[in-house]
Amino acid sequence: MKSVTSGCLALLRKELTVYFATPIFYITGFFFLLLAGYFFYTNVLYYSLISLQAAQQAAFNPQVGGQLNPQHLVFRPLFGVVAIVLLFLVPLLTMRLLAEEKRSGTAELLFTYPLTDWGVILGKFLAAFLLCLILLAFTCLLILAFAWVGRVDWGVVGTGYLGLALLGGAALSLGLFASSLTENQIVAGTVAFALLLLFWVVGWVQEVGAGGGRFFQALSLMDHYESFVRGVIDTRDLAFYLSFIFFFLFLTKRQLESRRWRA
Amino acid sequence: METMIEVQDLTKYYGQNLAVSRLNFAVAPGEIVGFLGPNGAGKTTTLKILAGFLAPSAGRARINGFDCVTESLQARQSLGYLPEHVSLYPDLTVTQFLLFAARVKGVAAKDENGEIDRVTAACGLEEVRRTLIAALSKGFRQRLGLAQALLKMPPLLILDEPTIGLDPSQIVEIRTLIKELAGNHTVILSTHILPEVSQLCQRVIIINRGQIVASDTVENLSRQMGRGTRTFLAVKGPEAEVAAALGQVPGVARVSPQGQGAFLVESGNGHELRPLLARAVVARGWDLLELKTQEFTLEEVFLNLVTEEGS
Repeated sequence: MKSVTSGCLALLRKELTVYFATPIFYITGFFFLLLAGYFFYTNVLYYSLISLQAAQQAAFNPQVGGQLNPQHLVFRPLFGVVAIVLLFLVPLLTMRLLAEEKRSGTAELLFTYPLTDWGVILGKFLAAFLLCLILLAFTCLLILAFAWVGRVDWGVVGTGYLGLALLGGAALSLGLFASSLTENQIVAGTVAFALLLLFWVVGWVQEVGAGGGRFFQALSLMDHYESFVRGVIDTRDLAFYLSFIFFFLFLTKRQLESRRWRA
Repeated sequence: METMIEVQDLTKYYGQNLAVSRLNFAVAPGEIVGFLGPNGAGKTTTLKILAGFLAPSAGRARINGFDCVTESLQARQSLGYLPEHVSLYPDLTVTQFLLFAARVKGVAAKDENGEIDRVTAACGLEEVRRTLIAALSKGFRQRLGLAQALLKMPPLLILDEPTIGLDPSQIVEIRTLIKELAGNHTVILSTHILPEVSQLCQRVIIINRGQIVASDTVENLSRQMGRGTRTFLAVKGPEAEVAAALGQVPGVARVSPQGQGAFLVESGNGHELRPLLARAVVARGWDLLELKTQEFTLEEVFLNLVTEEGS
């Protein structure tokens, strides 16, 4: 256990050094925050427009103003769109993790160091996850800016972030698995993106009334995310994301194990 | 611990291709063993299996008493490995990379800097400590590869062509370094450079087409290879007559004129020929200018074994 932890920490630090030494993090981070900022700005603009109209109509219809809630008009749509942006960006963060080690030949050193497979997988996963959390932390600035002028329900925002972190973790574990399949980063990125898209839209099957709809909906990354955005922490959703993460990390481990035999 | 490396019936297939076939050998602690063979002989495959990077198709290998497959982690804790193609993380500096390797190898946090200083000095990397690996020359990369293998003083070093890509002065430095490692470390190194093996290794394992064709000290191999001794003579006299006279000496298997009065005489039965040859020359009134035994060079042993196998 000790060797898993120390090896994992050493690898985590190395991965973070590489992330911060290369443009990947800065470019992904810049566009992620740019998009999040843009959607936040338009949401707030829309909210203020509606509020203004409600104030003008207050004399005729006093209930309208009371129904206006920044949670519904600003944060829920923001969390929805940030989740989608995150799904687009995760493959960019994960595609090099194992594929690049194989392509450049550094895998030969990495896998002959006294590291367990779990040490390698967790080190790489946690590095990408930490990066994802840093990006999400930057979006907190938007919420804080809103709190300056408006009322924020911190509980709901908190569960929203928990949902984003879990969704990010799930997407990263899938991305890491895709990266273990190939030595080509583009292939790894494409596979990760396609699978993420599939796990995103798989819940739509129920809406068109196809058979097994409930089953597919239960697999959807987005369906489980929605309750977090509404401020609900459902153990089923928690269990789904944690199992999803474990499942893909486990598949990655099997993939790494088989490498020694297939070579 | 009696053996550092123990290999039994080691076999490796790549798909349908047999790369290594039932290898058996053992290496004692403190030994420096050279692993020789033509390209595609199975050297690198064997070293990769020992390093835990590949699993054998059959047979087993043990390092420091640990099985390379079932106790891979413990086996890997006992070794430092320099791969044939040294690939390092281009986005890290030399120090950052060595720090990562030291941590992964389990060097205690308080010893990290001391350990990095030690291997940096041993491999002559001081001037590039803060340089990005991407900007290093091939020679420096090779040295960095060796430096990471030396971290935490592993009892076994597996070096796959350690001097490839180095300039002559660096080659001398690295060879000196490897020689200094003898005693404290067991070293198994593969190389194409045959004089390197004669200089560094106490024992040579020659492998061809996945099988061991010879395993002995360099001296013993030369002796066995000659199937008897070989004598060099320089004689002042008519060349054809001298050659004929030498050929009549009992025990002589072959006389090869080398030009300018020099001859190479091989004995068929391993007997000492020098006194008989000297008498044969002097008795005929020719002048004997030089007379010495000549052992086979490692190149000759190698070529002979490898071509014998091939034919």
